[in-house]
Amino acid sequence: MNSLFARKYIIQGIFIVVAVIISARLFYLQLIDQSYLLSANNNVLRKMVIYPARGVILDRDGKVLVQNEPVYDLLVTPREVKALDTALLCELVGIDKAGFERRMTTARNYSPYKASQFEKQIPSTAYATLQEHLYKFRGFYVQNRTVRSYPDSIAAQFLGYIQEVNDRNIERSNGFYRPGDYIGASGVEYAYEDLLRGQRGVKNVLVDAFNRPKGVFAEGKYDTLAMAGDGLVSSLDKELQILAEKLMRNKIGSVVAIEPNTGEILTFVSSPSYDPNLMVGRERGNNYMTMLHDPHKPMFIRPIQAQYPPGSVFKVVSALTAQQANLIDEHTVFNCPGGYRYGGGRAIMRCTHVDGATALIKSIQRSCNTYYGHTYARMIDHRNMPSAEAYELWREAVMKFGIGHTLGIDLPGEKSGLLPTADYYTKAYGNAKWGSSYNISLSIGQGEMGITPLQMANIMAIVANRGFYYRPHLIKGIGEQKIVKEEFTEKISAGVDGKYYEPVIEGLSRAVNIPGGTGYAVRIADIEMCGKTGTAQNPHGADHAVFFAFAPRENPKIAIAVVVENAGYGGTWAGPIASMLIEKYLKDTVTLPKYIQDRIYNADLLPKLETEKPQEVTMAAPKRQAKPKEEPRKEEEVLFVHHSAIMNRYE
Amino acid sequence: MNNPHRNKLFGGDVDWFTVLLWLLLCIIGWFNIQAAVFDPNYPSLFSMNTNYGKQSIYIFSAMLIAVTMLVVDAKFYSSIAPVLYAITILLLVTVLIVGRNVGGNQAWIPIGSFRLQPAEFAKLATCLLLARYLSANSNRNPNLKTLFFGAAIVLLPVLLVLLQPDTGSALAFFALVFVFYREGYISGPWLLFGGLCIMLFVLTLAFSHWAVILTLAAICGLGIYYFRKKRKIITNLVVLFAICAAYVFCVEFVYDNVLQSHQRNRIDVILGKIDDPRGQGYNLNQSKIAIGSGQFWGKGYLQGTQTKYNFVPEQSTDFIFCTIGEEWGFVGSMVVIGIYLTLLLRIVNIAERQRTAFARIYAYGVACILFFHFAINIGMTIGIVPIIGIPLPFLSYGGSSLWSFTILLFIMLKFDSNRKGIV
Repeated sequence: MNSLFARKYIIQGIFIVVAVIISARLFYLQLIDQSYLLSANNNVLRKMVIYPARGVILDRDGKVLVQNEPVYDLLVTPREVKALDTALLCELVGIDKAGFERRMTTARNYSPYKASQFEKQIPSTAYATLQEHLYKFRGFYVQNRTVRSYPDSIAAQFLGYIQEVNDRNIERSNGFYRPGDYIGASGVEYAYEDLLRGQRGVKNVLVDAFNRPKGVFAEGKYDTLAMAGDGLVSSLDKELQILAEKLMRNKIGSVVAIEPNTGEILTFVSSPSYDPNLMVGRERGNNYMTMLHDPHKPMFIRPIQAQYPPGSVFKVVSALTAQQANLIDEHTVFNCPGGYRYGGGRAIMRCTHVDGATALIKSIQRSCNTYYGHTYARMIDHRNMPSAEAYELWREAVMKFGIGHTLGIDLPGEKSGLLPTADYYTKAYGNAKWGSSYNISLSIGQGEMGITPLQMANIMAIVANRGFYYRPHLIKGIGEQKIVKEEFTEKISAGVDGKYYEPVIEGLSRAVNIPGGTGYAVRIADIEMCGKTGTAQNPHGADHAVFFAFAPRENPKIAIAVVVENAGYGGTWAGPIASMLIEKYLKDTVTLPKYIQDRIYNADLLPKLETEKPQEVTMAAPKRQAKPKEEPRKEEEVLFVHHSAIMNRYE
Repeated sequence: MNNPHRNKLFGGDVDWFTVLLWLLLCIIGWFNIQAAVFDPNYPSLFSMNTNYGKQSIYIFSAMLIAVTMLVVDAKFYSSIAPVLYAITILLLVTVLIVGRNVGGNQAWIPIGSFRLQPAEFAKLATCLLLARYLSANSNRNPNLKTLFFGAAIVLLPVLLVLLQPDTGSALAFFALVFVFYREGYISGPWLLFGGLCIMLFVLTLAFSHWAVILTLAAICGLGIYYFRKKRKIITNLVVLFAICAAYVFCVEFVYDNVLQSHQRNRIDVILGKIDDPRGQGYNLNQSKIAIGSGQFWGKGYLQGTQTKYNFVPEQSTDFIFCTIGEEWGFVGSMVVIGIYLTLLLRIVNIAERQRTAFARIYAYGVACILFFHFAINIGMTIGIVPIIGIPLPFLSYGGSSLWSFTILLFIMLKFDSNRKGIV
């Protein structure tokens, strides 16, 4: 029995050994291996990204142009997904079985452990029912987002749109953006992305095994708040913008109106436009592709990207720069026999009239080509220097009016326009022995010159201000403090003294307010509008109608440029539009005869689809071929040729 | 009667130290069950609708049962053993017919709002009958016939429990092997052989059976070379090798053809043959995360995130140790293991101080059953034994389990309180 009694110790020994083994294992699990603590935290901690509301954009009177609307993204963490009612989920989200599988595969490929987007931008209505059933779908959860919403569906090209970040955005942002984030892709959304986007917040949420939120982690100690993006106050006048877009309906072209004494853009129309709400939501991709393939190119931002020969507006610049250079003065008279003869008298640049002795005011009022032919000849040929040098002086003076370079508007994609250098002509003609007659059409803003509607309006602002401008801009205030960007408060001189402006302004005023003037039909009672019609030559079809103006004459409040492509004569189409907008802005009424208004509203000037290309000026590569001396230019070498030159070169 | 002890409550010397350990485990269990089912949204501390509310009823009724066990005459247990055994066998058969299927096992008989698990009480009945049978033969030297009938007493309920099929509870009966060992029916080498069998079982499943057999052959070959002068040892070695090889094939066969797929899975997961953190491995993985994340001091009462947010399934029952590990850390785990080990060693000491073979054998049976549950339950939560659903005595939620272990323990204490008297 004694030997059996000793077995007690064996049994007790076994008990102890097992307890020690268990303790050793616990020692390892709890004290040595730290990975379990991490896993436990991963189990319960969910970093919820709190997306900030993107900044709201208001018009100059505080009316909303862009606001935010809540939508919901459905996220999935593939590893956590258990058997689920696929059919129900598909029905709630509005997808089919194949779509479900495809999304799951994408998510699994991204990461089985991390949450990724399953379906984007589920509208509030669908979300309500989805939320009720969400507990059944383990591994799925919902993230609040906001999308842009445009109450009046206006100013699409100005406001631009946002889109999901691509790999390059993410790479460039040093980790600021993550897949699924949105970024401004065009317009103000792009230009002010840094301000509008705000600061993401992080909320550490505890979830249970079924991924249901169960409270905050560590009383929110590690949470960060989302900071809403800065709001922007736009310089746009919403009422004016709505009217302008209405007027431009079914027409191709631009309207740009600037407040001269600030450079604030009051109206910014690119027509045809599109409803900015189309660039939001789940249908965005399809809408985007439709627009991209629209022959009228609604995505093309005409006010800053379309470039036209300036035409008559350039006479204003010519008159001013020539005075400043002391080549002419108010009383200089040139005889207008109905055209300017050049090239040894063999070519002629015709006028639409025969005015005889013409001084400065009359030259503007009547838009006399002859006068500016002579002026340009003095500029280039009679300054006791090689013409190339003289040309550069002229070019320099012209550039101060904002021609040939970007103005620095706060939108992406601004084009500089076209103003060739002296070298361009020297190369084109093979030597420097060219003179004013080689490019005489520049004198009246035709030929190898292109300016954007914005530049056109800016020239009017310069004239309205009698000699200076502020960089045209669309955002007049940033954030709560309504900060104005410094570059937009800088007064930029156009290089011409104020005293030289009066005769030009008088000429512009007479063009509108004296019977027989090109703008007389669209004059506004009680307001002295100074402006002019213009016609931009279009080698591809009907000419573009142009009207530019500012008003009132003293203490001007608005400078405007209207371009209607393929509309022919400027007084018919562009003039009434400019007139109505100016009156609307200054007096909040429109008194233009009803029949003219109706004509504008009802017109459909969209080109037939064969001539679908929007007008764009490109610098034609100078051809080096030898030129006959008496034939300095060939038609096909330049895109824009003055109408008189085309028809009557060899009279 | 020579009785120096003043305490004559329940007609003898109750081992109050053991009672204290029992009470401690029940209280620890209650708090951890509360933590396991605690819902931070409804933080009422006491409600009859919750598991810990019910558990407090179970604990109070267990106390009543404990008192009853101490009051009943010790002879009664001995005489009732065959009847109790018969009833239990009957219940085990009944449960196969009318039992409620919970979690794949037909183990429960619903009685009102409670469910009775006959397998729990079968352990008690088996211990009692085994003690009675072996003690009746204790005057003779241990013989094979007694061993055979003793084993039959154990194997009958094992068979019935296996049919439910509740492998975990069935395996618990095998712990009674220590009783046979202590009583001399099994010798040390045989016990070692048993250990070897378990080892071979694990190795066979972890690796291929051919690898195991080849290794055994190599060891055998070395042994033959070493003992080449002693023919008897060589014969024994060859026989042993043959038995082992046959056993390994048996294991392979049982694993492939007898075990059910979920059991195979559990074994595979524990052996690391399959890595499946979502299916079978989910429980084990979450359990290890819970315990491992407790670190040294634990996360604190009701602060365990694994526990609070239901990451570990069946946490108030089979996986109650996760809560202890997570919220009380290494320190808490050591305290619980310490209490258990103390209790087990105490029971063995109690067993050895019994004057009757019946009381001694029964006490060893109690120690074996408790030891098995302790080692396997905690072992499975920390991933050193396969997950088999057995409760942690006195800690796990559940009336059947708490009552049956309490009855088991207090019958032993009753015997012990009478150890100086005449049974």
